[in-house]
Amino acid sequence: MAPPSANRSGSNKKAQLGLFAGYLAAGLGATLGALLLAISLWRPETFNGMRSMASDAAAPVGEAGAATRVGSRNFFEAIAGYYNAGSKNAELEEEIQIARVRLAEARALEQENERLKAVLELTNDDPPPVATARLIGSTSASTRRFAYLSAGTSDGVTPGMPVTSPLGLVGRVLETGRETSRVLLLTDTDSVVPVRRATDNTVAFAEGRADGSLRIRLINLGINPLSEGDIFVTSGAGGLFHPGTAVAMVSEVTDDGAIGRLLSNPAATDVVIVQPIWQGETLEAMEEPLDTEPDSE
Amino acid sequence: MERLSPSARRDAYGSKINRAHSPVLAYGVPWLTIMIACLVPLLPIIALAPIVPPLGYLLLLGWRLSRPGVLPMWAGLPLGLFNDLYSGQPLGSSILLFSLTLISLELIEIRFPWRSFLQDWLIAALFIPIYLLASALFSGAQIGFDQLPILIPQCLLAVIAFPIVAKMITLFDRLRLTRVKRIG
Repeated sequence: MAPPSANRSGSNKKAQLGLFAGYLAAGLGATLGALLLAISLWRPETFNGMRSMASDAAAPVGEAGAATRVGSRNFFEAIAGYYNAGSKNAELEEEIQIARVRLAEARALEQENERLKAVLELTNDDPPPVATARLIGSTSASTRRFAYLSAGTSDGVTPGMPVTSPLGLVGRVLETGRETSRVLLLTDTDSVVPVRRATDNTVAFAEGRADGSLRIRLINLGINPLSEGDIFVTSGAGGLFHPGTAVAMVSEVTDDGAIGRLLSNPAATDVVIVQPIWQGETLEAMEEPLDTEPDSE
Repeated sequence: MERLSPSARRDAYGSKINRAHSPVLAYGVPWLTIMIACLVPLLPIIALAPIVPPLGYLLLLGWRLSRPGVLPMWAGLPLGLFNDLYSGQPLGSSILLFSLTLISLELIEIRFPWRSFLQDWLIAALFIPIYLLASALFSGAQIGFDQLPILIPQCLLAVIAFPIVAKMITLFDRLRLTRVKRIG
């Protein structure tokens, strides 16, 4: 489409000025953007409040999305059940339903058993969770890997808390709003988790690679003892993550470690658990300045 | 008896008699649709890698290319700010990129005022990879040179999605120009 005549100023002084003002405003906008970008790269936490307010405001959209997903499944099931009901004995139907549920439960149990065996009963002594919440979205268009969680400060969530699913670690809380919080997923390149091999004490760091896999970097360099299929769990070093939560499985061995596959794929997890920081008191005590001056009396 | 032409009283935008376009719709629909598209991160998709096309940016391109008059040149500031609040990028990255996009589209517009859809698509296919690459650089994620291929699927998806987005924009455009205001 041809541009409106406003784009051709000609010798019209007013139109020339208007056009100039447009370029000026756009240029100022770009400059402001560059400044804000520089500030937020230099001090990433500067605009956290604004962002969590915005995600609080839009949380109902995400909740509605998650709810319709669950609702529509039930809706279709309901229609299907109604459609078949005429041709079947009601009693038989009920029995079959129960049997199906039992079978599904048994299958789920079987699968869970397999997985738990694989990670060597690692989730036995979990601390009581802070909150149970839903992952309502993720920054699926950006290179950063954040997820939005449907629990915030009103549920007792604070930044730094680990987020887990029954299958393993998902990430940790980065910033909190009143009703939502932002979670740094394990696959973000800023995420580093101290891990150890489940079978022995080979310690390593699991770093995100932004493409869905983790890079496992061994701390003690030497002969690489890893092999495909090794399971890594959190080691508890650093005091943030509860030790023994499953993290990754080695899928490819490299020179200085391995590439790992996430055990707890956040795409497949609906409900997650927010855990307290493992050694929160110790960490707080470490951050306070030491009382070096003894009382003079 | 002479007959009126069928388009004399009605056209695709509704009755021509006693009705006029609403300025709120005519100017508001582009802003509103772009802002809704910026809310894509709240879709219940938990992605392990960047894969979903940057819908807000695609709509901005589409509106600006098909309807040059509806978005002022400074629109990159408010729309970019809104996008930054949800996209997970550091604040300021979309403000900068949206503004630069609008300025460069203005320059392209002056050089090529009459374009076909294919040319629009070509322009979009040029802008989208630059936008994604710049976003990845500005995101603060430590992405090495060997990891840049993770952007390729998203890039291709976004380029392929552009005609669909453009088609959607024509539907929104019809809504935008519907005559809803009563005169007299």
